[in-house]
Amino acid sequence: MWKTFLAFVVKEFRHILRDKRTLIIMLGMPIALMLIFGYAVRTDFQEAGFAVWDQARDQHSQMLVERMTASGYFLQKATVQQKEEMEQLFRQGEIKVALVIPPSFGEMLEKGVPTQLQLISDGTEPNTATTLLYYLNSILLTYQRDLSEKRFGPLPPPNISIEQTMVYNPELKSTFMFVPGVITVVLMLISAMLTSLSIAKEKEKRTIELLLISPLPPLLIIVGKVLPYILLSLLNGLIIIGMGIAIFDMPMHGSWLFLILSLVLFIMTALSLGIFISTKVNSQQTALFASLLGLMLPTVLLSGYIFPIESMPAPLQTISNITPAKWFIIIIKGIMLKGIGLKLLIKPVTILAVMTFAFLAISWKNFKIHL
Amino acid sequence: MSIQTEGLLKRYGQLTAVNEVNLDIPQGEIFGLIGPDGAGKSSLIRMLTTLIKPDGGKAKVAGLDVETDFILIRKSIGYMPDVFALYEDLSIAENLHFFAKVFGVSVEKNYELIREIYDTLKPFENRRAGKLSGGMKQKLALSCALIHQPEVLFLDEPTTGVDVVSRKEFWDILGRISQRGVTIFVSTPYMDEAARCHRVGLMQQGNIMAINTPQGLKDTFEGWLYTFRSPDMYSRLEELRAYPDMEKAVLFGDSVHLFMKKPLDPKNFEQYLNQKGISPQHQWEEISPSVEDCFIAMQKGTKETPAFAK
Repeated sequence: MWKTFLAFVVKEFRHILRDKRTLIIMLGMPIALMLIFGYAVRTDFQEAGFAVWDQARDQHSQMLVERMTASGYFLQKATVQQKEEMEQLFRQGEIKVALVIPPSFGEMLEKGVPTQLQLISDGTEPNTATTLLYYLNSILLTYQRDLSEKRFGPLPPPNISIEQTMVYNPELKSTFMFVPGVITVVLMLISAMLTSLSIAKEKEKRTIELLLISPLPPLLIIVGKVLPYILLSLLNGLIIIGMGIAIFDMPMHGSWLFLILSLVLFIMTALSLGIFISTKVNSQQTALFASLLGLMLPTVLLSGYIFPIESMPAPLQTISNITPAKWFIIIIKGIMLKGIGLKLLIKPVTILAVMTFAFLAISWKNFKIHL
Repeated sequence: MSIQTEGLLKRYGQLTAVNEVNLDIPQGEIFGLIGPDGAGKSSLIRMLTTLIKPDGGKAKVAGLDVETDFILIRKSIGYMPDVFALYEDLSIAENLHFFAKVFGVSVEKNYELIREIYDTLKPFENRRAGKLSGGMKQKLALSCALIHQPEVLFLDEPTTGVDVVSRKEFWDILGRISQRGVTIFVSTPYMDEAARCHRVGLMQQGNIMAINTPQGLKDTFEGWLYTFRSPDMYSRLEELRAYPDMEKAVLFGDSVHLFMKKPLDPKNFEQYLNQKGISPQHQWEEISPSVEDCFIAMQKGTKETPAFAK
C-alpha cells in the first residue's frame, strides 16, 4: 500500500514538473506578485504634492510645514492665498491634499486652546486621502509631543482614536498588508485551483476510469493526488514570508511553529475547496472558471486584502465572513505583526478548521467510486 | 461462466441505453460486441467493469456480482476505455510501472504476460505516451491492462483510429491472450473484425439482437443478397428500393447491397432498371452474406444506411 501511495505521489510530481504552465504559475507567480506589489503597486506614498494656505504665518505654522516636508511623505508644491488658487491646483492634479492653517494658530497652540487644522483632499481618491490624513495626524502628534516636552503647560487634546489604529503599523507600510494578501492569493491558486484542475484533467482525459476500476481506496487516490500540492504550497508560503521579511522588512513577532501550522491549516482549507470543486465539474475549463469566480474573486475582493472590509456595504461584509482568506489574513497579521498566539486567534482558527471539515465532508459524500 | 448477465438494464432519463441484456460467456472466449455508435456498447462494458451501476437485472464477472463485490471484481479485470486514457506526459515505462504499482504487482515478475506486446515498445521506453502512434498507444494501453494478470479483459473499441496493419497484429495478439484462458470482451464498430471473434453479439439501440458464431450468423441469413453497381447508384437508391420484393437497398462502400425476399428475376429486374432510366452501365451479381449483411438484415424498419465505421 505504501509503495502504491509513493508511486502516486511520484506520478503527480511528474505531472507538475513536466507541465511548463503549471510550473510557471507555481514558482513564478508568487515571486512576480511579491515584486509587483512590493515595488509597483504601493498604497503608501512618497512625496505626495500638497499646497499650504497659511493664514497664521507664525513660527509654529512654518515649523509644521517644514516637518511635513521633512517626513518624506509630502512635497510642498505651492503656497496659496485663496480658495480659488487651491481648487485650480486640485483640478490640474498638481496636489493630492491642501493644508489650511487658521489665523493665530501659533498663539492658540501656545495657550493650549484646541485648534483645528483643515486638510482638504481629493475625494476621487479616497484611499489616498485616508492614508495621507493618517500621515499628517502622526506628524501633528509628534509635533505636539515635542512641544510639551519643551515646556510645561496643558496640551491640546491629542487624537487618540487614530493612534490606536496605527499602533501595529505606525508608518502604514503597505508591505504589511500585501504580504499576507499575496500568500493568501498564491495558496488559493495553487492549492485550490491547481488541484481542482488536476483532478478535472483526470476526468476529462478519462484516466480516472482506470484508477476507479483499480482496487485502490478512493482516500488514497485523493491524498496521493493532493500531497505534492500541499508540499509545494507550503514551500511557496515560506518563500513569500521569507521575501517579505528579507526584502520588505516585514516584522515577525510571533511563533514560527504557529505560523507554519496556520499555513498548513489554510492550505487544507484551500485544498478542500479545490477537491469540492473537482467533484462537481467534469472538464478543466469548468474547473478553471469555478475556481476563478468562486475562489479567486472573493479572495482578492472580499478578504480585506485590497479593499477594507469596513468600507464595504453590509451585505458584502456578511459575504466576506464566509471567505476563508479573510480569516487567514487576520491570523497571519496577528502572528507576524502583533506577535499574538492561539489564545487570541482562536476564533479565526476555529472558523477555518470548521470550513475545512465541512468541505471535506461534502466532497467525501460527492466522491463516487462509480462514475 | 466468465461473464453472465440476466436482464441487465441501464437508463439515462428517457433513453434506454442497455435493454435487458442476457449474456453467457465462457472462460477463454473472445466475445465481440458489434454495433453502430450509440448502440449501448460502452454502457454495457461500463456496467460490467463496475464503473457505472445497472438500473436493473443482474451481472456476474469472474463469478462475482458487479453490485456487491465490485472491489473484488476490480482486481480481476483489465479495461481499455474507448479513448487513449493513459498519462500522455509520462513515458511508456512510467505509465506501465505506475499501473503495475496501482494493482500492487511488479513489472519484472509479470513481464511474461506482456512480453510479446511490450518487447516492440521497449526501444521507445522513454518516449512520452502522448507522442506515440495510434498502434503504439494501443499496445501500451493493452500492456497496462494486462500487467496485473486479469481473468477478464474488457476492450472498448480498441482498434478505432488504428491503421489496418496494426489492427491485424492487435487481433493476432488477442487470439494468443485468449489461449492462455483470459476471457476477452471486445466491442467494435468494424464488422470485418467480427470474423476474429469466437462469438459475436449484434447490438442495436440497447438490444442484443443475436448472439452466434460468425459462421452461425451467416448460416441463419434469410433471403437473397446481391451487389449492384452503377455510375448513378447514389442518386437512384429510392428507385431501387421501390422494386417489388426488395427488402432493403443499402449503400455499402462502392456498391449497393440488395436484400431480397425472393431471388432476382434477371429479365424483370433489367426491364425495371431500363424503365426507371438507370444508367445502362450497371452490373449486379449474387453474393454470400458477411456479418455486416446479417446485421443489416436484422435491423427492423429502416431501409437507410446504418452508421458504420469503414
